[in-house]
Amino acid sequence: MNNRINDFAFKIATANGTGSASANGLIMQAIFRMGVPVTGKNVFPSNIQGLPTWYEIRVNKDGYTARTPHFDLMLALNAATYAKDVAEVRSGGYLMFDSSWPLDEKLKRPDVTYLGVPLAEMCNAAFKGVRERILMKNIAYAGALAALIGMDTEIIAALTKEKYAAKKALLDSNEKAIALGYEYAVANFPCPLPIHLETMDATKDSILIDGNTAAALGAVYAGATVGAWYPITPATSVMEAFKSFCMKYRRDPETKQKKFAILQAEDELAALGMVVGASWAGARAFTPTAGPGISLMNEFIGLAYYAEIPAVIVDVQRTGPSTGMPTRTQQGDLMLCAYASHGDTRHICLYPSDPGEAFEMAAKAFDLAERFQTPVFLVSDLDIGMNDWMVPKLTWDDSYQPDRGKVLSAGDLEKAKNFYRYLDVDGDGIPQRSLPGVHPKGAYFTRGSGHNKFGAYTEDSDEYQEVLDRINRKVQGAARAVPAPFMKATPGATMGLVTVGGCHAACIEAMDVLAREGIKLNYMRVRGFPFGDEVRQFLDQHEVNFVVEQNRDAQLRSLMMLDLGTHIEKLESVRYYAGFPMSAHHVISGVKAKLEKAA
Amino acid sequence: MTYIAKPKVHHPSLKKNEIGLTRRDYEGAITTLCAGCGHDSITAAIIQAFWELSIPPHKVAKLSGIGCSSKTPAYFLREAHGFNSVHGRMPAVATGANAANGDLIMIGVSGDGDSLSIGLGQLCHAIRRNLNMLYLLENNGVYGLTKGQFSASADPGSTAKKGEANQMQAIDSALLALTLGATFVARSFSGDKAQLVPIIQAGLAHRGFAFVDIISPCVTFNDHDGSTKSYAYTREHKVEVVQADFVPPAEEISAEYQEGSVKNVMMHDGSWVKFRKLAKDYDPTNRDAAYAHIRDHQKKGEVVTGLLYVSPDSKDVHDQNDTVPGSLYNLPHAQLCPGNDALQKLMWQFR
Repeated sequence: MNNRINDFAFKIATANGTGSASANGLIMQAIFRMGVPVTGKNVFPSNIQGLPTWYEIRVNKDGYTARTPHFDLMLALNAATYAKDVAEVRSGGYLMFDSSWPLDEKLKRPDVTYLGVPLAEMCNAAFKGVRERILMKNIAYAGALAALIGMDTEIIAALTKEKYAAKKALLDSNEKAIALGYEYAVANFPCPLPIHLETMDATKDSILIDGNTAAALGAVYAGATVGAWYPITPATSVMEAFKSFCMKYRRDPETKQKKFAILQAEDELAALGMVVGASWAGARAFTPTAGPGISLMNEFIGLAYYAEIPAVIVDVQRTGPSTGMPTRTQQGDLMLCAYASHGDTRHICLYPSDPGEAFEMAAKAFDLAERFQTPVFLVSDLDIGMNDWMVPKLTWDDSYQPDRGKVLSAGDLEKAKNFYRYLDVDGDGIPQRSLPGVHPKGAYFTRGSGHNKFGAYTEDSDEYQEVLDRINRKVQGAARAVPAPFMKATPGATMGLVTVGGCHAACIEAMDVLAREGIKLNYMRVRGFPFGDEVRQFLDQHEVNFVVEQNRDAQLRSLMMLDLGTHIEKLESVRYYAGFPMSAHHVISGVKAKLEKAA
Repeated sequence: MTYIAKPKVHHPSLKKNEIGLTRRDYEGAITTLCAGCGHDSITAAIIQAFWELSIPPHKVAKLSGIGCSSKTPAYFLREAHGFNSVHGRMPAVATGANAANGDLIMIGVSGDGDSLSIGLGQLCHAIRRNLNMLYLLENNGVYGLTKGQFSASADPGSTAKKGEANQMQAIDSALLALTLGATFVARSFSGDKAQLVPIIQAGLAHRGFAFVDIISPCVTFNDHDGSTKSYAYTREHKVEVVQADFVPPAEEISAEYQEGSVKNVMMHDGSWVKFRKLAKDYDPTNRDAAYAHIRDHQKKGEVVTGLLYVSPDSKDVHDQNDTVPGSLYNLPHAQLCPGNDALQKLMWQFR
C-alpha cells in the first residue's frame, strides 16, 4: 500500500460497557489536536453492557466528514464480531487483534495484514482486579493505535493529564496502559503504517461537539427556562446537557437558586403538555424527544397549533417505524413533524445539518415559536445529535434580543379598548396574545374546541373556517422567516442535487466526485419548512432534481410535491435508510443509477 | 355553550369584599349544563370561596380537561385566564404553567372520566409532584357528554339508567390520593355548600396539590335508584367525619369548641384550618388513619366526607426544584443568556 497521509478510516470493535468510549474519545481528540480533520461515528447497541459496539473514525485532510464504510484498519477486539469485522476491511488493509488468544484460521484473509497485540496478556500482568484489567486493555489499544498511525505522543500525554487531573491513580494506570500498547507496537511492527497522520493546521478554529449538546446550548442562550421531557434514546443527552449548562450559568450567584425548571414527565404526552402550559404562561419552553415521543405528542401538537401556543420540540430522529432501531439514525420523521396531529395542521420545521446549525436553529426555534405562536420542530437526528462533529467554534451575538412576539403587557392591555385573542389586527395572520395573571382585560378562554376570532366557543361554519384559514396564512408566512436554503452552484450544471439535514456532508463530497467524472450538479439543502420561494425556484430551474434523503418513502420529495406542487417527474429520489449515516457513495451510486436508467 | 355572557350590571346594594368586588364579579358565562346538575352547585361554591377570600380574579388560572365538568371554568371568574385543554391532560398543562409562573393561583376542574380513566396517569403524577394547585374532581360515576356509560368511579353493582349493573371495581380517588402521598385530600358533596366552601378555601391556601373529590350527581344519567352517586343515595349515606373551618391569615382563631375536639393546622400562607372533629379520635394529619377510616365506612356503604387529610409539611414543585422566588417567565434575558464571552471560554472544553 502506498502512503496515504491524513486520508484513511479505521474502525474499533469492542463490547459495550468496557470503557472503550474513553479510549475512542481520546483517539478522536488527539487527532483533532494534531490539526487534522476528523469525524467519529459511534455505532452502539441499545444495551448497557455486553453487546457489540463499534467506533468509526475517518481522517480526511480535505475536510470531508461524511461516514465512509471503507475501512483501512480494523481494531477487531470483540471475538463475538470477528467474522463480520474481518470482512469489512478494505483489500490491502490492516487488522489489529488481541493475540492473547490464537485467531481462528478461518477468519484470516490473504489480502489483509494481521497485527497481533497481546492486550489481555499484557494488562493481566500489569494491572490488578478484573475491572481495571478490562478497562486498561481498552486504553492499551489506543496506545498501540497511536504508534501504528503516528499519533503525536505529547498530545496524548497532555490529554490524559487533563482528563485525569484530579485522579492520580487513574492517570497512572492510563499512562501505563498507553505505554504498554505503544511500546509493543513500535517493537513489533513497522510503525507508522503507510496510512498515518501528519500534523496539519486545519482545526484551530473548530471544535468537536455533538448536536444534542449544541442544541441544549442554543436553548440556554435563547433564554429557555422550562424544559420538560421523558427520557428517550437518542434525545436524552439534550436535557442532560441543558441541565449541566443551567447548573453552570443559571443559578443565582448568592442563593444558588435556579433560574430554570426541568420537569421529568411521566410520558411524552405530559412532557409536551407541560411545554404548552409553560409557553401559555409566557415562558420559553421546550421538550427533546425522538419519533416515538412525537407519535405520543400528536394530541398536544394539534392543540398548540389550533389554540396558537408556542412550543419548541427537538426531534432527534432514530429509525422507525415503532421502536425500530433506537440507536441507529434516519430521517424518518420529516412528514410526521410537518403535519403532526389530526385535522388540518402544518408546522414550522428547522433542519440542522450539523451541531453548529443545531445550536443556531435551536435558538431560532424559540423566536419563531413565539413570533408565530405555534409549535416549532428542530428536526435533528441521532447522527447529528450523538456523534462528535468538527464544526467552527460556536459564537453568540450579544446584541440578540428574544423575539417574544405579539405579547401584550399590562400597560398595553390597560390602554386597549378591547382585546380579542384571535383577531388578525395586523393583517399578517398573527393575532395578539395575553398572558395569565397580568391584567383583567387580557382574560380569554384557551380551547382546542371550535372558536371564533373573538376567542369565543363556536359551532358556526363561517366563524370556524375564518380562524382556520387565518392560521394557515400565518404558518405560510413563516416560509419567509425560516432559514433560507443553503445553495452551491456549479457552472454549467443543469441538474439539481437537493437534500436535508445530515446528508449534507455526503452530498458535498459526492458532488465533488461526480464533477470529476463530468456530472455537474447545482446543490440545495433546505433548512426550513414551510418551503419558501427560493426552494421553488431552484426546483423549477432544473430539469431534474436528485432528492437525497434517509428514509424509505422519499418523504422530503413528498413534502416538496405537497407544499410547492412540484411535479414528481422533476424529483428523482435517492435514498439510503438502513440506519447508518449517509455516505458519499450512496449519493454517487444513486445519482448514477438514475442517470443510467434515463439514458 | 359558553357564548352566552351574563349581564355585568349589578344591583348597587350587593355586598362587596375587601377589594371592592361583588359576588357577581366572580361569575362567568351562563351555564349550559343540565338543570339541577351538581357541577353548577360546585361552581357556585367556587365563586363564593374566591369572593370571600378577596382574590383578584385575574391572578387566577382556571384549567380543565374535557367533559361536562371541564366546561365549568367558563362559568366562574370571567376575568381569569381559562384553559380547556385536552382530555385527561390538564395536570401537565398546569404543571407547565406553574413552572413558568409560580405566582398564578391555579384551580383545575376535572371529572371522573377525565381524572380516573384517560387521565389517571396524569392525576397520579401531579399528586406525586405535589403541584401547587387546587384540583376539584367533580365525580358523578358516569360519562355525561357521551350519554351514560359507566365511569371508573362507578361502584360495583350500581346500575346504569337502563338497568345494566356495573361489574368492575371502582377507583376511589380519595384512597388513591392518600396512597400516592397526596398532601391534601378532601371529599365533599355538591349539595353541601357549607362544607365545600371552606374546603376550597383551605385548598387554595395549601402549598401543594389540594385534591378534592366532590360527589356531584348527574341528574340526566345517574340520579336513579340503582345509582350510588345520586342525590338521594349521597344524602343518606354520607358521613361527615370532620368539619373543617377556614380561617384567613389576619383573623384570630376563636376557641368556641370544647378542648380536645378541635385541631388547628397552620397553612403555608399563615391561614389556619380548624378541624372540628365529629368522629371520635379522628386525626386529619394521620394518613394511615384517614385511609382506614374511609375504608371502614366504605364497607358499610357509607361515603366519608370532610377535609380528610392534610400534611403540615408540604413541599411543592418550586420548593423541590429550588427555583428562584417570583416567576421564571419574566426574568430578563440578560439573566438567562450567559453571553459570548462565556461561550468562547466554554469552547475550550470542546477542543
